[in-house]
Amino acid sequence: MNYALQIFQLLCLNVILASSLNIINGYCGLFSIGHAGFFAVGAYVAAAASKLWMPEFAAAEPAVALVLVVLIGAFAAGLAGLIVGIPCLRLTGDYLAIATVGFGEIIRILLLNTESVGASRGFPGIVLLTGNWFPAWVLFFTILSLLIIHRLMRSSTGRAIISIREDEIAARAMGINVRFYKTFAFVVGAFFAGLSGGLFAHYSQFLHPSNFTFMISVMVLLMIVIGGLGSQMGAVLGAVIVTLLPEVLRFNETLSSIRMLIFGLIMILVVLWQPQGLMGLYRKMFISKKGQGAS
Amino acid sequence: MKPLLEIEELTIRFGGLVAVNKVSITIQEGELVGLIGPNGAGKTTCFNMLTGVYEPTEGKICLLGTNIHGLAPHDICKKGVARTFQNIRLFKSMTVVENLLVSLHRERGYSLVESILGIARFGRREREMREKAMEILKVLGLDARADAIASSLPYGEQRKVEIARALACSPKLLLLDEPAAGMNPSETAQLATYIQKIRKDFNITVLLIEHDMSLVMKICERIYVLDYGQLIAQGKPEEIKRDPRVIEAYLGGSVGGNHA
Repeated sequence: MNYALQIFQLLCLNVILASSLNIINGYCGLFSIGHAGFFAVGAYVAAAASKLWMPEFAAAEPAVALVLVVLIGAFAAGLAGLIVGIPCLRLTGDYLAIATVGFGEIIRILLLNTESVGASRGFPGIVLLTGNWFPAWVLFFTILSLLIIHRLMRSSTGRAIISIREDEIAARAMGINVRFYKTFAFVVGAFFAGLSGGLFAHYSQFLHPSNFTFMISVMVLLMIVIGGLGSQMGAVLGAVIVTLLPEVLRFNETLSSIRMLIFGLIMILVVLWQPQGLMGLYRKMFISKKGQGAS
Repeated sequence: MKPLLEIEELTIRFGGLVAVNKVSITIQEGELVGLIGPNGAGKTTCFNMLTGVYEPTEGKICLLGTNIHGLAPHDICKKGVARTFQNIRLFKSMTVVENLLVSLHRERGYSLVESILGIARFGRREREMREKAMEILKVLGLDARADAIASSLPYGEQRKVEIARALACSPKLLLLDEPAAGMNPSETAQLATYIQKIRKDFNITVLLIEHDMSLVMKICERIYVLDYGQLIAQGKPEEIKRDPRVIEAYLGGSVGGNHA
């Protein structure tokens, strides 16, 4: 039961991560693969907040403190998104991807060399705030994040963000401030990645820069590609698959040791045969039959 | 009264190439003006300068007396200039009505927090925006297609959605870049009536780039002719038809040469 609960929390964190990257890559059409960087900023800042800045308050009011430090981590990640986004979002396509990879690596190497958060020894002793209630808080934040992202994307602002993905030049001509909304999408994506990071810090109670390698960014990208870019249901589905598959494979030693190969293979197959991901497949099978015609 | 659009000596150079050279165009409110010329004459480049996609090297662009030279495209849209594109640029995977709702974005009248909390004003404004979009679609006869994915529409209807989307920006000046491209004669004739209708219904001024002479000669009140970036003629359709320089530009030098 405890094992299942651990996996469930990890799953929730990945759902938030995938949904947050989906805003940037899926809805706004920006190709960012430095998401581990924002995840790390959120994790380390939240951990520092609860362990170094207000340990007494965290001990006295764990629930309030948890919400507070997770939000502090999220805002810090959002700020990082703003700082990275303003110069980098002048780039497009592959160039933006390279710049975001660079950002992710810079964060990791900064953490690896910052003594106050343990540098290469890692950052231990983060208190599991709210104790047994923690998984409930994780679920609460997950549902809240999904709800906010859903509402956001359904609003006029969401349409503005999607229009940039669809046709940047046309969006601009229709009065959409493209640079602003690209930055906005980037910052919101970073914010929720940071929120997931803050929860992760308290979930694992120990942080190490090796938790935030480029592979993490790739895994999150894999989630949204499998699920279907630009679909929130797809991001959730992708997160479920990518989180649970290694757990299923764990029962077989050979399969478990080649799990990265399996992920690579899935990615290739999805991109080749079903670039719209699982949600694209779902739409093709159930919705287009109702007579919208091929799109 | 100030003219709606006043372009003075507009020039743009791409390196050594002078794509548009000292073009001056004046359009009064309510006019329907054509901009024609052979391929590569600089017509679309003019539109791109008018909408802020390119910054002119020299010259002045005034909208109702205020200079819009150098503004970003989205700011020019706010000032009341909307356009369509020669090669259709719809938001393909969005529905038709959503395409129009993007143009209505700056009229949304609710904040981000209100949309996230789902406050009543969000729902009401969304409904009102949708109604406004539906009205525009109705004028163009597209209301039955409102919830279809834009890319699933036939070509001619996609062209009309482009016009509808530009109209949703509530422009004073509508720039149509070859709206009849790829249409058959009956579709073109229908388009002519639509253009005249929207001009009256929405009380807007239209500047039209078009290769289809039957359309231009039929609906435009005045025509400007560009060739190699130069303005070579302007006037009423009948005058343009007879203008030797225009005939030369379209049919080649020998005709003009013999006359000269």
